[in-house]
Amino acid sequence: MSTQTKAEIATAKFLEFTDGEVASYFESCVHCGECAQACHFFLSTNDPKYTPTYKLMPMVKTYKREKAPLAKIRKMFGLAPDPVTEEELREWEPLVYDSCTMCGRCTEVCPMGIDIAGTIRKMREGYAAAGLVPEGLQRAEEYVEKTTSPMGVTLKAVEAQIKHQEKETGIPIEIDKKGADYMAMFSSLEIMAYTDTIGAYAKLFKKAGVTWTISSAAYEATNVGVQIGSGPLAKSIVKRVVDAAEELGVKHVIAPECGHAYGAIRWAGPNLIGREFKFEVIHIVELLDKLRREGRIPAGTKDPRKMTLHDPCQLIRRGGLLKEPRRLMDDSCADFVEMKGAGLTNLCCGGGGGVSANPRAAELQKAAFSLKADQLKAIKDLEAVIVPCANCRSVFEDGLDEYELDYEVIGMGELVASTLAE
Amino acid sequence: MSFLEFVEGPLFYVAATIFVVAALWRLIGIIAMGRRKDISPPKGSATAGFFKGNLRHFFPRGIFTRRTAMHIFGGYAFHLGLFGLLLFAAPHVAFLSNRILFGLSWPALPRWGFIAVAEVAFAGLIILWVRRFSDPVMRMITDWDDRIGTWLTFFVMLSGCFALQESHDSLRAIHMLLVDIWLIYFPFGRLMHTFTFFLSRGNSGATYGRKGMTL
Repeated sequence: MSTQTKAEIATAKFLEFTDGEVASYFESCVHCGECAQACHFFLSTNDPKYTPTYKLMPMVKTYKREKAPLAKIRKMFGLAPDPVTEEELREWEPLVYDSCTMCGRCTEVCPMGIDIAGTIRKMREGYAAAGLVPEGLQRAEEYVEKTTSPMGVTLKAVEAQIKHQEKETGIPIEIDKKGADYMAMFSSLEIMAYTDTIGAYAKLFKKAGVTWTISSAAYEATNVGVQIGSGPLAKSIVKRVVDAAEELGVKHVIAPECGHAYGAIRWAGPNLIGREFKFEVIHIVELLDKLRREGRIPAGTKDPRKMTLHDPCQLIRRGGLLKEPRRLMDDSCADFVEMKGAGLTNLCCGGGGGVSANPRAAELQKAAFSLKADQLKAIKDLEAVIVPCANCRSVFEDGLDEYELDYEVIGMGELVASTLAE
Repeated sequence: MSFLEFVEGPLFYVAATIFVVAALWRLIGIIAMGRRKDISPPKGSATAGFFKGNLRHFFPRGIFTRRTAMHIFGGYAFHLGLFGLLLFAAPHVAFLSNRILFGLSWPALPRWGFIAVAEVAFAGLIILWVRRFSDPVMRMITDWDDRIGTWLTFFVMLSGCFALQESHDSLRAIHMLLVDIWLIYFPFGRLMHTFTFFLSRGNSGATYGRKGMTL
């Protein structure tokens, strides 16, 4: 039986995930530290250890020792780094999980264009394989194994929420409808806390005249595997969705207002299961924008309140959906004001990438949100903020409460549904 | 053979050969590792993203400008100055023309131009160097490779200024010896970012481009 140490397991994964792309990042970093100036964890604490490139050190060391071109010559002259130890990995674990939301803002400031967020995701593969994962995320994984939801949301609970929304809207919502145009997925938070989202979908899709359904096998969209860095878990979650969608024969799968869920199914999904899907993945914001442009969900009276838009990192900066939410905002909101740095360089809420599921990171997350609170406070007479990501939304609600700010937090689907023409 | 002839002759050719072979080895080694195939349906062009990424990162984004102003100024001053000196200092033009480029030549900087460009390059390098020990972030992430690269470059530039008049062989020999050491060290250290930057900018640009992301 193999008796590999945790350090050996982690470093083997680091090397497995170091391809030419990652190598080019490691080879190009000039230690200028500019990335710190984009990181909400550094900006809110001023602690240099939160410098994004520093978080990669164990993986960089492993690469330089084992895989980099000329590594053997460096070793010959005693210039190669020492092997990474378990102690070192443990020391870095909070930097890898607690203080990185994989938001990718650091890439925008980096003169070398290094994708630190994407590399942290790969580094987490080593940590997950070695079993060096924070307790909060381990618990989420256990829930997923039991119920498919990281919050333990069961099918029974989903059915109850659907029934409630049917009553509220008077529109029937079919589960497991074969051949529907769209199969919608939700995040656990939407199912349990922001249930109106389901009703909003029903209203919008009825108006648009499209058929849709919710799968009893794949109602949950959150991919904890991507957050933890566990390839096998991420793959099993994607496979569950793909199997359900292909069994139902739907044409599209809708990724919900959840940043990582979108990236997990849209961009990582086919790569995780090793083949293309027989359906198209579309984000709900993308779909609403498309239906609106086609005139199928015309805008009615605009919401008169002064509103701003939060850009979830995985949708905007790392997902490419920059214009779609803005077009929807312009159609639905009479007084839409952008935050400073809105769009590609907008600040993360501080809770993505599994940070909000990690109680150990709560204080750090709170500190990071102070920057977001400052952005909001800078908008005079702001009344509401549209947050098209359920996880960000939950972080916003806690953060606004913490900083005693009284803005309503609304999902994009709800805003569009509430301003739909009669 | 004098010491000057040695450092400008055999040692220079050995150093230049090590520089070229090791730099190519490292670059090809990185590229040969390949890039994981992405089978998700693209929304844009990875190739266009590769080039856009390379161009985009030359220009700092507005929101970061204030916080990164010193680095932007130091970085641009040093790099532009260094390339100005490397390619347009009169002795360099003559050396490259006679020793490497088979007589191919181009106009060199006048003396006042050399001094102005050298001052810009030194100002930039000193700003970057001071930040290495005065800024808490840079102090923490700086390693021996950064220091060796900085000091070697500094001494190469300084000895080059001393050797400008070409009035003393010993000054020119010291400069050439440092250049030889610099060339040998270059492909093994972080100075290689000179050649690898287009790969890292290009790789993230390609990922972004493929996803249809605005750069």
